[in-house]
Amino acid sequence: MAEVKTTREVVMNRAAIAAVFVALIVMLTPIYWIASTAFKPRSLATTAPPTVFFEPTLTPFAKLFVRRSQMREPVDQETYDAAPWWEQLIYDDGESVVRNRRSGEITPSGYWDRYKNSLIISIISTFLAVSMGTLTAYGFSRFKVKGENDWLFFILSTRMLPPVVVAIPMFLMYRAVGLHDTHLGLIILYTAFNLSFSVWIMKGFIDEIPREYEEAALVDGYTRLQAFIKIVLPEALTGIAATAVFCFIIAWNEYAFALMMTNRNAQTAPPYIPSQVGSGLPDWSVIAAGAFLFLLPVAIFTFLLRNHLLRGMSFGAIRK
Amino acid sequence: MADVMTRLEPDTRAVARGLSDMTIRNLFIIPTIAFLIIFNVFPLLYSLWQSFTDFRASTTAPANWIGLANYRDLLGDEFIWRNFTITAKYVLISVSGQVVVGFGLAMLLNRAIPMKGLITTLLLLPMMLSMAVVGLFWKLLYDPSFGIINYFLGLGKFEWLADPQVALFAVAIVDIWMWSPFVMLLSLAGLSAVPKHLYEAAEIDRASSLYTFFRITLPLVAPILMIAIIFRTMEAFKTFDHAYILSSQPTTELIAIRLYKMAFLEWQTGMSSAFAYIVLIMVVAITNIYVKYLNRAKAR
Repeated sequence: MAEVKTTREVVMNRAAIAAVFVALIVMLTPIYWIASTAFKPRSLATTAPPTVFFEPTLTPFAKLFVRRSQMREPVDQETYDAAPWWEQLIYDDGESVVRNRRSGEITPSGYWDRYKNSLIISIISTFLAVSMGTLTAYGFSRFKVKGENDWLFFILSTRMLPPVVVAIPMFLMYRAVGLHDTHLGLIILYTAFNLSFSVWIMKGFIDEIPREYEEAALVDGYTRLQAFIKIVLPEALTGIAATAVFCFIIAWNEYAFALMMTNRNAQTAPPYIPSQVGSGLPDWSVIAAGAFLFLLPVAIFTFLLRNHLLRGMSFGAIRK
Repeated sequence: MADVMTRLEPDTRAVARGLSDMTIRNLFIIPTIAFLIIFNVFPLLYSLWQSFTDFRASTTAPANWIGLANYRDLLGDEFIWRNFTITAKYVLISVSGQVVVGFGLAMLLNRAIPMKGLITTLLLLPMMLSMAVVGLFWKLLYDPSFGIINYFLGLGKFEWLADPQVALFAVAIVDIWMWSPFVMLLSLAGLSAVPKHLYEAAEIDRASSLYTFFRITLPLVAPILMIAIIFRTMEAFKTFDHAYILSSQPTTELIAIRLYKMAFLEWQTGMSSAFAYIVLIMVVAITNIYVKYLNRAKAR
């Protein structure tokens, strides 16, 4: 923009900055509300009017990870004093931790299993999609491929299919070969889903590495494979990292496939978290705690990715 | 190794050691293509066959070939057309909302602002988060008595999700909240690429700011804005996650939700495969337009 000169422009500029801050507050309020509800006691999570100021507590997080039951009568003082701090928080809310009758061990809640599934499936599928995608992107970037644009369009088009369309035949195939509700089943689906993305993004990054680097290495006696591993891969490292984070976020957030292809064993967090708001009065503070822990990694990654967001969101079409 | 070497072009002689370029190219590309064919094309062929049968995945009864009956039934079903109308309405509301909010934000941000990088990143946060989980939370935000939306806007006990006439807007608002940042991101890239001398020239000519906007800013940002619009249209057309979680109203039953119910709750596998194919053809058509614009933008 041109230098600010007239008073009118100064006023306009100030108004714009004020508007940006208002927009920022409006955009972030839903996220803030999730985060703040996660630290509210159950009694304050759903009040009319909504509670804005409160004393934060870790009770929802303590409740999130263990199976609990309502207590008919208050716990005796001795047991209460002997309990660890997180169990005391649960007692304070009138609930008790469900323990194994024989071993006395606590039972983890469904949330922890789903979170673990999300981690396993997202990490493995990201690794597969990025490694295959990088190789393919290099192939398309450096060598002549007959019908290159058609192949690239084919690769992109697989990404554009609505999940439900693919899920119907995949469900039948998975059921036939026993991949339904397995980690491997979702890993394969997410790898296929992210592969097209990773090819397109990585091709952009590799196209930007000058061919001269490899050609010089080839003249120096490197084989093509050595040149790829020792010259291209290190140069493409930032791109690979950015692509990996993107693929992880996409797999982490995926809902539709997980809903249709899993029941219990391999279910990830996105279909599980909403399923807790079933009938009756949902405990919104615990749901918020689960959502908060689920959204937190992505929020952190977004900051790490901030300089690559444009490229990632436009499939590498727009670079900066 | 010998037969590989004879096939090498003279100018790639340096690569004669180790694997040939062609071998590497094939090793790098073919697994990906094969993988995508097995897990995308093959299932689609399988479901094409299903779409001509009366198969139901919930029974063990064998599938009977019924020809085009599924397609005929679907295209003659007024309820399906209602799903398409709802989807069209939803796409129109949410994409136009995103363009107005996203482009507006980009115009506001396209100037010297303290902490601009941080603000931009924070504004982009919604689109990175899980639509299912954040969408779920809008249920609480929309709640007539506990929700902060009614509280802050002073709307009393306004029913966002229970009122069939309002529910589609409520679902679209979540989409607008989530994806306006995407339009903003692309618009910002477009705005920052407008050459400064054009604005300086307009200023010398004493052009009005409205004139400058419509004659300089908008035409130059249009191509990139078009990409954002087509991409969002494509995605909005497929909307499932937050719409399915937020509302079970018949007035918010988008195509993807109808398709899901038909396939996985009613178990009309053959019929839903035919429906999926009708949707697929539409998505491929929009994708084609999208890629055309994408290539044009890349060529610039």
